[in-house]
Amino acid sequence: MSMFGFRISPSSTIDLDKVDRNRFKKLCALEPDASKCMACGSCSATCSASEFSGMSVRKVLLCLQQGREKEAYAMMSSCMLCGKCLMVCPRGINTRHLILSISRIYGKEESI
Amino acid sequence: MIYQGKQKIWSDYQKEIPDDHWYYVRSCIRQNFFPGSERMFLEICRNVLGRDFHETEHHTTCGGIAYHCDTIPQETAMTIVARQFALMTEAGYENYVASCITSFGNYTEILETWHEFPELETRIRELLWKACRKEFRKPKYLAHTSDLIFKYRNEIAEKAVHHLVNKETGEPLRVVEHIGCHYAKMFPSKGIGGAEYPYVLAGMVEAWGGNVIDYPERRHCCGYGFRQYHIKANRGYSVSNTYKKFESMEPYRPDMIITNCPGCPYFLDRWQYVIAETEGKTYGQNGYGIPVFTYEEVAGLVLGYDPWDLGLQLHQVAVEPLLDKIGIPYVPEDKYKGLDRKEIMRPGLPQNLKCY
Repeated sequence: MSMFGFRISPSSTIDLDKVDRNRFKKLCALEPDASKCMACGSCSATCSASEFSGMSVRKVLLCLQQGREKEAYAMMSSCMLCGKCLMVCPRGINTRHLILSISRIYGKEESI
Repeated sequence: MIYQGKQKIWSDYQKEIPDDHWYYVRSCIRQNFFPGSERMFLEICRNVLGRDFHETEHHTTCGGIAYHCDTIPQETAMTIVARQFALMTEAGYENYVASCITSFGNYTEILETWHEFPELETRIRELLWKACRKEFRKPKYLAHTSDLIFKYRNEIAEKAVHHLVNKETGEPLRVVEHIGCHYAKMFPSKGIGGAEYPYVLAGMVEAWGGNVIDYPERRHCCGYGFRQYHIKANRGYSVSNTYKKFESMEPYRPDMIITNCPGCPYFLDRWQYVIAETEGKTYGQNGYGIPVFTYEEVAGLVLGYDPWDLGLQLHQVAVEPLLDKIGIPYVPEDKYKGLDRKEIMRPGLPQNLKCY
């Protein structure tokens, strides 16, 4: 690889046809608010943990939609459940409850 | 959408291309990458089709590479281009054809800018006069050389000796067509078929007997992208783009690739070697790569020119499997012989990519 002084970067393409979306569907059934998010980022802007850990409810939802479950779950483990995101969400999503539901559904699976 | 609406939209992306009397300018890099292509273009247009093409040794680069690498301001590029137009005016021509896609994009961008900001054109005229005492008329018609081969495609098909057909099975070859980004992505109305459905190469392939493959990353850049390649640390980004394209086209088992840009055939060809050496992956049959051609080379092959006169020995990926598939005769021993029939140097062979 180093013979040329550069290398091929792994592709960031996400093939949604190959993503298992069953758990996300389960989440939407349990927590219909999950599909209300418009990714405005207010939650990320107010998050106390975000600056230190990269936690963001917006990103967590995006990762779950794209099947990047490990990444989403690791990010969420920094959440302190302070509820600031709940107060600023313009769509009125109960983010704290959403996070608990995510841990309930995704935390059970050993595979992730 | 109603049929008439589709016809109206499609008509917006058609070009009325003058048939004859062109002022021709070469590309800076094609002469080094695939030198047979530009010679073949003039050979086909002048000697096979009998058209008038004028070229002068006084023309220079269009400044496009420096402009896209952010090393010169646009006014400098404009003054260089103004000088080219002055040479065309002096030669008594009104139709301007560029061999390079980036030049074509550069000329188009400059003419559009002058149209929107006439005061800038006046300033460039002053700069040109101060720099070299020249004046110019803007071309009546600007085209890329692939537009002309597209226009002449049926005449070439009538004179064709070979077709893009597998001689064993009689099936049309599966051809990937790759259009240079600067052809129509910046000014869709200036390219045949626009940016989304450019028809310039697909039209040639169909006229000469091949089948065009549609694959997910068909409109993706080849990876060259100037700054991605010219800065060594960024070359990984360049090869990653090419890798993505090849991964996307691989399931469709293409027989060949045809391109209309100076950079694309070079990078689609040479990066196959880098991908093979670093990832151990090849995309053609039996460990070979997918041969990549310029449209002039394909036109030359169709018209029955000797592959080695077309400069196909300068390709990294071996072209011989494709020549065998079509049934084009060639003398393997002559591959590395110069014009004086003396042996020129032979390149070293890669480890993973099979070559002749």
